[in-house]
This record gives sequence, C-alpha cells and structure tokens, in this order.
Amino acid sequence: MSKKKKEETVQKHKLFKIKKRKPNRSRVGDFFLYLFLLLMAILMVFPLVFTVNNALKPLDELFKFPPSFWPNNPTTDNFSDLFVTMGKSWVTFSRYIFNTVFITVVGTLGHIIIASMAAFVLAKYDFPGGKTFFNVVVVALMFTGYVTGIPNYLIINGLGWIDTYWAIIIPAFAAPIGLFLMKQFMEGLPMSLIEAAKIDGASEWRVFSGIVMPNVKPAIMTIIIYSVQNLWNNRAATYIYSEEKKTLVYALQQVQSGGIARTGQAAAVSVVVMIVPIAVFIAAESQVLETMASSGLKD
Amino acid sequence: MKEYIQKYFILRKHNFQVACKKAKRSKMCYLFLAPYAILFFAFNILPVATSIFFSFTYYNVLEAPKFIGLQNYISLILQDDIFLVGVKNTFLIAVITGPLGYIASFLFAWLINELPRWIRTIAVVVFYAPSIAGTGVYIIFSILFRGDAYGQVNALLMEMGIINTPILWLTNPDYMLPICMIVILWMSLGSGFLSFVAGLQGIDRSQYEAGYMDGVKNRWQELWYITLPNMKPMLMFGAVMAITGAFGVCDVTMTLCGYPSTDYAARTVVTHLFDYGFSRFEMGYASAIATLLFLVMILCNKAIQSMLRRVGT
Repeated sequence: MSKKKKEETVQKHKLFKIKKRKPNRSRVGDFFLYLFLLLMAILMVFPLVFTVNNALKPLDELFKFPPSFWPNNPTTDNFSDLFVTMGKSWVTFSRYIFNTVFITVVGTLGHIIIASMAAFVLAKYDFPGGKTFFNVVVVALMFTGYVTGIPNYLIINGLGWIDTYWAIIIPAFAAPIGLFLMKQFMEGLPMSLIEAAKIDGASEWRVFSGIVMPNVKPAIMTIIIYSVQNLWNNRAATYIYSEEKKTLVYALQQVQSGGIARTGQAAAVSVVVMIVPIAVFIAAESQVLETMASSGLKD
Repeated sequence: MKEYIQKYFILRKHNFQVACKKAKRSKMCYLFLAPYAILFFAFNILPVATSIFFSFTYYNVLEAPKFIGLQNYISLILQDDIFLVGVKNTFLIAVITGPLGYIASFLFAWLINELPRWIRTIAVVVFYAPSIAGTGVYIIFSILFRGDAYGQVNALLMEMGIINTPILWLTNPDYMLPICMIVILWMSLGSGFLSFVAGLQGIDRSQYEAGYMDGVKNRWQELWYITLPNMKPMLMFGAVMAITGAFGVCDVTMTLCGYPSTDYAARTVVTHLFDYGFSRFEMGYASAIATLLFLVMILCNKAIQSMLRRVGT
C-alpha cells in the first residue's frame, strides 16, 4: 500500500516537473550556469559600453591618468565637433550620407529581388542543375572577400566600373548568404499554396510576386539586415577613389585616422558607425530569428 | 567488359535525354534563376577560376601573365619564410578561436534558450551585437591595450602592482596574437549563433518529455541525446560560418597590430595575400596563396561535416 502511494507521489512529482518544462534541471546547476552566462554577457558588453563612454568624455578626461571607465562630466561635444569637421570638408556631409544610402538601398533592393527569384525556383521546383547550383552556392558561403578580391578587381576594371557606385552595388546582388537563407525559408512554404494559385490561372511571375513574396517577409527582413550590414560597413576603398563618391563610413574613418587632436571625434565616429547596424538588428530581431530557424544545412 | 561499357554509355545517354527533356519543360525555372546565376558566376565563380589560373603565372597587372608552372607554389612553400609565419599564425588562430567560438556560440544559445522570452530577446542582442558592430568598433581594443600608461589595461595592472612599467601590448610579439584572439573571440558569435538560437526554439517539446520518461537523467544527457541530434543542420551551417571566419582573419590583426606588424608576429595568410596582391601587385603569387587557402578551407569543411555526422550516436 505504502509502496503504491510512494509511486503515485513520484509520478505526480514527475508530472509537475514536466509541466514546468524543466524536468532535468538542478537548482545548483541552474545557478552556476546562469551566473556564468551573466558574467559572459557583461564581458561581451564591456567594450561596447566603453566605446560609448569614450565618446561622451571631454578631451581632458580622454587623456587623464589614471584613465577612468565612466565619464565624470559627460558631454556631447565630440559629436558636435565631428559634425563641424564633416561640415568643413569640401565634399558636403549630406553627399557622404547620400552615397551610403544610395548604395545600401539599391544594393539591398536588387539583392532581394534577384536572390528571391532564384531561391523560389530552387526551393519549389525540381529541375536539372538546380541542386548542383545550390551546392556551389553553399561552398561560396566560404569565400572571404580577400580571396576573391584580386580577380574581382580585374573583372570590375574590365567592365569599366572602377570609381562608380556599381562596383559595390552589382557584386552585392550576388551575395551567397541571401540566396541561401531565402531558399531554406521558402522550402517551408506549402506547395499547395502555389498550385492553388496556378489552378486559378496565375502566371509564374504572379505566383512569385503575389503569393510567395508576401509570405516570406521574415526572410526578406533578414536579408535586409545582412545586406545593410555588409554595405554599411563597406569602405570600398579599393574600388572608389573620388572623394565625392566615398561612403560615409570611409569618410568617418578618415576623420578617425586624424591623430591625437581628433581622439574625441574618433570615439564619436565609432559610436555612429556601430549604432546603425545594431539599431536595424533590434528592430528586426524576431523576424531574423524566424528565418534562421530554417537555416540548417542538410546533407 | 565491352558490353558493360556500352551499357554504361546507353544509360548515360538516356539520363542525358531525360535531363534535356526536363530542362526544356522547366524553361521558366532557368529564366528565374538566370539573373542571379549570371551575377553569381561573374563575381564568385569566375574570380576563383581566374585565381587558380593566375596562380600558375607571373602576373604584375601591367604585363601580360607569363606561364611559370608550379613556381609560385614552390617558392611559397620552400622559400617564403614569412608565409610560413603567416601559416603558423593563421593555423593557431583558426585552431583556437574557430572551435572555441563555435562551442561558445552553441553554449550561449543553449543557455539563453531556457530564459523567459523578454530576457532572451535582450540576451540575443547583447551577445550578437559585437559581431555586427564589431567591424567598426574593435579599434576600441587598441585604446584599452594602449602601450603607454594611459591604456586602461596597463593602468589597471600598474595600480594593482602587478607590473611596474607599461607593457607594449600591440607591439611586443609575445602579446600580439593572444590579444587578437581575444578580440576575434569577442566577435565570433555571428550568424551561427543566431541560427542556433532559432534552431533550439524549433525543437519539439514533446521529445524532451519523452526523453524524461525514458530515463534521461540530467541536462547533459538531454543535450547529447535529444538537443544535439535535432540541431545537426544548424550545426553544419554554423560550422561553415565558423571556418570562413577562422581562416579569413586579417582585418583584426592588421588594425590592432599594424601592417606590417613587428617581426611579422601578427601576420596571417590573408595579410600575406593582401601584401602581395594590393601592395606589391604580384598577382600570380597572391593568387597562389588564395588558391591554397581556399583548398584548405574546403578540406576543413569536409572534415568537420563528417565529424558532425557522428553527433548523438
């Protein structure tokens, strides 16, 4: 009798733990693992916070001994100085912004359209060469910019695109990561959706633009993140040499390399450069994660 | 034997005809694929192909390439001591930061996974931020590790009485590589990490309950028998990204330790490639470096894939 009762309580206990969804966890283990996680999180954030702090320090504090971590009298002088410096350059500040925005917007838009078209047929149709092509794209995920840098320069030179925006925009259209993520995400779309539309008489292009694209919004957001990151940080120093065509990041880094006198402004530049990609990511986080759920590589 | 060969050819011919017919029927597919395929070919395949071609030539951009056979590879491996330093450094960085970053990505994603939703959202930003913002920001480490007493690390160590004189962190060959590795590790929670976070969310809860009933005792068994096998596809993707990152190191070392660095102590293979390709314009030689690097990356990827296949068995 007592044995049965004991078993019952054990069962009850087990069910209770399962309901809490953490059946296999010990309190002590939880405590130490999360303590570890917290410590790591602080370590990860430390340099970023330090960057922001540095930008808020007035010049005398930047060279104080012993150096401090937090600013004592935070100011935004560094930022206003930066705008003054940028305003004084013979190429206007707005021109740099225009360059970066133009490159980022056109490059991202083109990449989305072209990569989605390719991803659509690769994910939804079985045709000769499709699988092979996709495998090649997966291998291409491993190409770093420097490995292909030299021949790319020769090709772009041959096309006559040196010192034009197209030298950055057009190669960005063909970035492998966008096609890869898009294709993996589209595999999750039900085929019946497409077939239904076809029975109703929609053309392939209508199916693609009217049915498929509205249903892959999370993937589009993710591609935007990757593309913006890539293009925003692209200094394009090898392809563009005219001052009026340089990107904002490049111009800012020119300020940054201005030596001791520009230390404060350089710190401000770091903050400006890092804030944009982080903000874009925070805005789209949930959609990015939804896309990444299908990013797995099957063999 | 002859019959066998004949049969083989008939089969091949048949397959080819079927493929042709299929291809004709799926004209639309090729139309959709064409824009991407053309650009992809022009900016990804063609560069690799030309790179391989130039690696067998002497080419300095001004004169037409001259075919010299394997000479580039021979002098690269047998005569170029600095290249070997680069190989050693790249190898060290790849072996240490690659696996560590990869494991850290998974570990953090796994720990974050069980947190409440709102903390998880913040935690993902915290851990992912360095890798997105990093390219513009890791220069901050050159302030932290500045060689004079104004650098934070030196000031802290001197205040604690551990050292008397400031250490030249980024100019002393003894300290360069470890510092670069710290920075690279700091930035290593990238796409792979995101993929892991998302993948862990997608695992079917009932599998854990079933596992509990079947006698899975602690979190580590659960991890090995249930979580990891479910995560295999994401682990593959993460591995590809980790390898790319580990072998492609050069921005960090060039920014922090200078280019060229003292005694070439922070030279990597890609720095060497950059040196020959963009400073000395010996394109043939640089292409040989690129080709070797590329081969190693593909081999490494294959090795890791076959390792990952065994996970959870």
